[in-house]
Order: sequence, then C-alpha cells, then structure tokens
Amino acid sequence: MLTPADLEALGLTLRLAATVTLLLLLLGLPLAWWLAHTRSRWRRPIAAVVALPLVLPPTVLGFYLLMLLGPDGAVGRAFAALGLAALPFTFKGLVVASMLYSLPFVVQPLHNAFEAVGSRPLDVAATLRAGPLDRFFNVALPLAWPGVITAAVLGFAHTVGEFGVVLMIGGNIPGQTRVLSMRIYDHVQAGEYHQANVLSLCLLVVSFAALLAMSLLRSREPARD
Amino acid sequence: MTESPHGLSAQLTWRRGALAFDIDLRLPAQGVTALFGPSGAGKSSCLRAIAGLDREATGRVSFGEMVWQDSAQRIFVPTHQRRIGYVFQEASLFAHRDVAGNLDFGYRRAGRPAHLDCDGLIDRFGLRPLLQRRVSGLSGGERQRVAMVRALLSDPALLLFDEPLSALDGAARAELLACLESLHGMLRVPMIYVSHNVDEVARLADHLLLMEAGRVIAQGRLHDTLTRLDLPPALGEALGAVIEGRVVGYDAQDQLIELEFPGGRLWLPHRHESVGQPLRCRIGARDVVLTRAPQSGTSALNQLACRIVDVAAADHPSQLLVQLDAGGCVLLARITRRSWHALGLAPGSEAWAQVKAVALGF
Repeated sequence: MLTPADLEALGLTLRLAATVTLLLLLLGLPLAWWLAHTRSRWRRPIAAVVALPLVLPPTVLGFYLLMLLGPDGAVGRAFAALGLAALPFTFKGLVVASMLYSLPFVVQPLHNAFEAVGSRPLDVAATLRAGPLDRFFNVALPLAWPGVITAAVLGFAHTVGEFGVVLMIGGNIPGQTRVLSMRIYDHVQAGEYHQANVLSLCLLVVSFAALLAMSLLRSREPARD
Repeated sequence: MTESPHGLSAQLTWRRGALAFDIDLRLPAQGVTALFGPSGAGKSSCLRAIAGLDREATGRVSFGEMVWQDSAQRIFVPTHQRRIGYVFQEASLFAHRDVAGNLDFGYRRAGRPAHLDCDGLIDRFGLRPLLQRRVSGLSGGERQRVAMVRALLSDPALLLFDEPLSALDGAARAELLACLESLHGMLRVPMIYVSHNVDEVARLADHLLLMEAGRVIAQGRLHDTLTRLDLPPALGEALGAVIEGRVVGYDAQDQLIELEFPGGRLWLPHRHESVGQPLRCRIGARDVVLTRAPQSGTSALNQLACRIVDVAAADHPSQLLVQLDAGGCVLLARITRRSWHALGLAPGSEAWAQVKAVALGF
C-alpha cells in the first residue's frame, strides 16, 4: 500500500505539524493574551499582521519568505554572518514558514477565548491573592481551555495541509521537506492515481480525527484540583 | 482575621466618562461601613479603586500602617497583595472549579491559616451539601453564599462587598441578609458594604458613607448620619432613625414582639427573633406621626414621648423634617408645614411620636 517514501513523507508531515503546533502555542498564548488585554495603540496593527496569512496567497507568503531567508535576504545574510546554515530548503526553514502561515489559526481562537473569559474572573482571582502568573495558569488558561484545543487542532490540521508555502521555501527534498501534500502532487504528476488516493485518504483521516478529538476534548468536564 | 489598629484611608481622584470622582474617606478599623447612595453615584467604582482593580485613580490609599497607593511616590500595591476579600455584585465564581474548589482558591493561597474556622463558615452559610456541586447548577443565592465564604476564607484584612444581594429575589435576599447579620457580630475585620437599599444598610452597618455623583458627601456613625437634617435630597427615603434595643416580650397570639430601647418600648412584627436578643429597628421619618398628646382610639400601636429638638425644610416645599429626642435617642419625623403650624409645634416643645408597628417590619 504505502511505499517507504510515502511513509517517510507521512512521518515528516506529522513531525512538522506537531513541531509547528507546539511552537505556535508557546508563541500564540502570550501573543493572544497581550492582544486580548492590552490598550496599546499597536494592538490593531499587530492583530492585522497576525491575520495577514488568512488572506495572503500561500505562494506570495512563500515567495517573500524565500527572498527574506535566502542568501541575499536580510535574515539570510544575518544567518550567514553568524555562521548558521541557510533556512530555505531545510526542515527548520519549513517550520519557520509553516509557523507564519498557520499563525492566525492558532492566535485567533486563543484571542477569542481570552476575550470571552473577560476580566471579571481575573479580578476575582486577584482579590483572592493570586498574582499575575497564578491568574494566567490557574484561571485564564483553564477557562480558555476549549479555545486552546481549537487553536492546537486548527494549527495542526492547517500545517498538515499546506502546499504553496512548502513549494516555495521547502522544495521537495525526501526526508527534509517532502511532506504529504508534495508527495500527493508527485503521484498525480506521475499518473499514480492509486498512490495519490491512498495518501489523500490518509490526510482525510488525519483531518477527521483531529476534528473529532477537538470536539471530544472541548466538552471535557471542568477540572478540579 | 487579625485586628488592625487603624482603618482605611483613601483620597483619590479620577474620571470615568462624564463623572469626575473625588473621594476622601476614612474608615474606622472596626465594624461595617455602608457605602450608600443612588444608582450611578459611583459606589462600585469607588470600591474597585480601593481594591486596586482600577488603576486610573490617583491619590493615596492606606490601610492600617500599610500604604497601598501613593501616586506622588509612585507606590501601587497590586490587588493580590492587599489582603482584601471582595464580593462582586453578580456571580463571579470560577466555572472551571466546583464549589469546594472555589472555596479553596483563596484559602490555599492564604496558607490555610488555622485561625479561620473553615468548617464553621461552611456550615453557617449552609454550603456543606453543595461542596461537590458544579457552579453552573447553583441558584443565585447559593452562588453569592459561596462567593462570600470564599472571600472570608482568603484571610482578608478588609472586606469589600459590592451590593451582594442586589441580584437576588426576595426569599434568597432575606435569607442571606440574616446570614450577614449573624456574621456581623463575629467579624473582626472592617467591611465596606455597598448598597442602595436602606433596609440592608440599617440592619448591617455601623457607619455610613454617603456618596453622590462621585463624591463622598457625608460620613459618620450610621444613626447620626441618617438623622441629619442637612442632607435630605441625597438621603431621600432613607432618612430616619435606626434604634438599637433588646427584645423583651413576645405576643405569640398577635405575632408581635416588644423591643425596649432607651426611648421607650415598641411593638413590631415577629419574624424569627427570640426574647432577650439585641435587635435593630429602623423608624423611617415618613412613618412617624406627631401628636400633642397621647392618643386613644388609634390603630398605631406605638406612641413615644419626645421633645422637639430641631426642624428643617425637607426636599419638598410642603414638608418639614423634625428632629425628636426620645430618652436620648434621636428620631426623625417628616410632616407637612400645615401640621406643624396647626399643632403649634416649636423646638423645645413636648410631643408624641406615633409609629405603626406595620411600618417597622423589614
């Protein structure tokens, strides 16, 4: 059924999606928290930048990233000056690009969840002697839990399904950047419709499982400690 | 709950929309202080500023020997370090924890001090059967009871209650008010109790802070402030005496109790009082009828001999507020100018105050 190359692509895709989701949650939680609570005048511009990948064609995003990260780009030159390997056409480069591409899918559910929690529970917690970090981890995060699940699942699924960005910045290097969607494209190009079908089914199952897991986790009973 | 030698002192100014706040208040270190005033006077905002929940206010707040805020010296102690117990107007329980988890939130962070009688408080507020319940299944009254005990268990040095009963219906309100009344005696920390309900204030408060349009316009002992003649527009219907006495009799057949206070004896409707217990009673200025001589053939059960101390114009041109002395207790009567002249009353003259027992039921 699945060739070793297909399995490699599947494994790489899941590794990429898991890495990106984890990193995006780490980045997205403080960012969404800031967006939900700040009164800074930078709030709206930054929210717009975060949302940009929603409307930008992935190829455009990938193209600019390639320019920026490539040997002649600002980031690429900085990397070279520091003696670091260039990012384009590597797994790390793919992670960076995917993070940008999936950023709004993680930040927006978190932002909405934190806004829905509101300031009242946090005020209450402050009067009950909870400091800022205590309030975040023991009040805001548990109350925003459904939003965290949604963010993780959307971030994961969106990263699994990306194509345009990968094409521009990742290329098609086996074991490095050849993800499932690239592999499906290759199969179709080569006329291997059966193989393409099997891999597509894999993606379908992963997506369905992700949505089912989201729905189950979201309805979890409130925690008690 | 430890005692503090000094109370709260706050001088704060800030703006919220069209309302300019200018607060200057001093609280005794003991007892319940009612923050009283009409809706929109800024009572809740004032409480939030004292708690440090709103940072717009500038000025100085100190509690005991601790300085909580001093804008001139850039001191601002955040809320979680102020040791306050706050009860909000509407439900504020943590939805992700059950009742026991809510109660424990502040208790644990306070280090579960041994001097707090956790079990006693849970029983006093009737929370024992609710401990394992989800918050979403509680009634309004149950939620506020949980919120109150949760605040008390955080070992506060100052309690701030923001109209905790205003969202409740009659029965739940009466029940919780009785709970708070019983708490009053054992409370060793000061409390600010925000309310626009004069009956709540009369039953719970020792001191009164009167707020209007962002300002504290009067402060003092509850009884003194509610019988002041110079504040009628602000106090409105709240004007009247609050007397403290002891239940000395119970007429089981007529369901009345007799209250003895320095100014005499009063009959009032029986609720759940028992003979011998101390009792507070509010005599609204509107509920007092003045006569020159004791009357027979009147339905009013209570007649108190008093002397007229002072008189002032009320908020309506047809009316006067008459301050009376009944055995050292100040009473207030709101009567028409016409009656005043018809009876030939003047400061210093003797009079009788008639009070319907019906008007004395809360």
